[in-house]
Amino acid sequence: MKSFTLFNPKSLGDAVGALAAPTSSVKVLAGGQDLLTEMKEHLVEPDKLVNLKGVPGLDRIEFTAAGACTIGALVTVGALEEHAGVRERLRVLAEAAGSVGSPQIRSVGTVGGNLCQRPRCWYYRSEHAKCLKKGGDECFSFSGQNKYNAILGGGPSYIVHPSDLAPALVALGATVTLKCSTGERQVALERFFTLPGEGDIRRETVLRDDEVLTHVHVPAPAAGMQSTYVKFRERGSYDFALASVALALWRDGARVKEARVVLGGVAPIPWRAKAAEAALAGAAFEAATFARAADGAVQGAEGFGQNDYKIPLTKGLVQRALQSCG
Amino acid sequence: MRVLHLLINGDRVTVAAPEHWTLLEVLRYELGLTGSKQGCDKGDCGACTVLVDGKPVLACLTLAALCEERAVTTIEGLLPAHVKSGGSGPDPVQAAFDECGALQCGFCQPGMMLSARALLDRNACPTRTEIQDALAGNLCRCTGYTQIVEAVELAVAKHCGVAPRRPGSARPRGRSRPPPRRA
Repeated sequence: MKSFTLFNPKSLGDAVGALAAPTSSVKVLAGGQDLLTEMKEHLVEPDKLVNLKGVPGLDRIEFTAAGACTIGALVTVGALEEHAGVRERLRVLAEAAGSVGSPQIRSVGTVGGNLCQRPRCWYYRSEHAKCLKKGGDECFSFSGQNKYNAILGGGPSYIVHPSDLAPALVALGATVTLKCSTGERQVALERFFTLPGEGDIRRETVLRDDEVLTHVHVPAPAAGMQSTYVKFRERGSYDFALASVALALWRDGARVKEARVVLGGVAPIPWRAKAAEAALAGAAFEAATFARAADGAVQGAEGFGQNDYKIPLTKGLVQRALQSCG
Repeated sequence: MRVLHLLINGDRVTVAAPEHWTLLEVLRYELGLTGSKQGCDKGDCGACTVLVDGKPVLACLTLAALCEERAVTTIEGLLPAHVKSGGSGPDPVQAAFDECGALQCGFCQPGMMLSARALLDRNACPTRTEIQDALAGNLCRCTGYTQIVEAVELAVAKHCGVAPRRPGSARPRGRSRPPPRRA
């Protein structure tokens, strides 16, 4: 790992001040569980790290009386998983947090870092492959080893977004606060992530180099929400998702009132499966509906060989998530 | 370079190290504490697991400069801490690993035992599933994990007086006698 200077600001103002004249050689450090792996593999080589850990007030989870929740970016994934209010009221988020990485990673990795983590595609992670994401002119997964790559929303890059928290938070309709030295903006999490064909192909989010993600806001869910996170991974102990489903569901007796279905591990962003949601809205809560929702979830999905299995896998996970709410 | 004031296994140590060094590098190459293993060195294998303020963390993905004012426990610190708290001999987790022959090459063992210690410190009588979850971040390429989980169960059984309940079994399964020791 290349050496760097470590800046330890004591306030958020000082932290964003250090980013005000952004260069690619300044990076924000929170838990470091993704950033340090990138630095060790020479994917990023910052001259300076701005350590957020000394900034007060970013490590809290707070619920309002009405049930809205604000999560500081420095809250660890482990603390999120164990928080009694989150477990009780935002089950999909607690389950997603519990499925992240290993206990060691959850005890250090942060919510902000989980949302801003970089792709795990092995061409991206290899310092020897100059892929599209790193200024090259080819996505090697298309003709190469693509077992873990995208079936939805891909092109020209076919990475999948690795976050488990992101699908859960999108299902909950979360927004994030992005702060810079001259102000702040609120962005719906669904708009925070960008497809490779939409924005800068080297990025996965709209976060600018001079901004810090400071908070995640989850609005109070409408009464009666059922929710769950179903994740399928290749290795039982800990792993990234081959595919996952974040489901938030509201029922009216035997019918579905409304549902949010967000897929992880299958697209370059947490993938809102709107055709699945449409198949569920107003339909009877029964197996035939689940099957139609599963078909809707993979509408437009396309494998290119080794990742074809993700299509039936995703359909199965959507049905499993719905069944678990029965 | 940077001068660091660290608290390692209860001892205050002052050490000069390059700014970008990880806790693992400082432990192994400045302090000679080579019990923490450098396996993958990128957060996959768990062989470098140490406890920071009682929580298991990956020393290879932790900057040493951010460990000041925090209590670091390495495998070298388990026995002294056990003795200091009134016990005799090695930590019960270490004794159980010994008794169960829960190792082959031994490379994963320090990290395994520290993950197990962190679990037992917050949950003295965990179930088998809880033990497996707590050890999920520590890879072993030799044993197949069976004796490792059994070793933690033995430590639990000795502490709680009963064996942890196995999934699917109605009653706790006691061990009539410890497994034979391996050479």
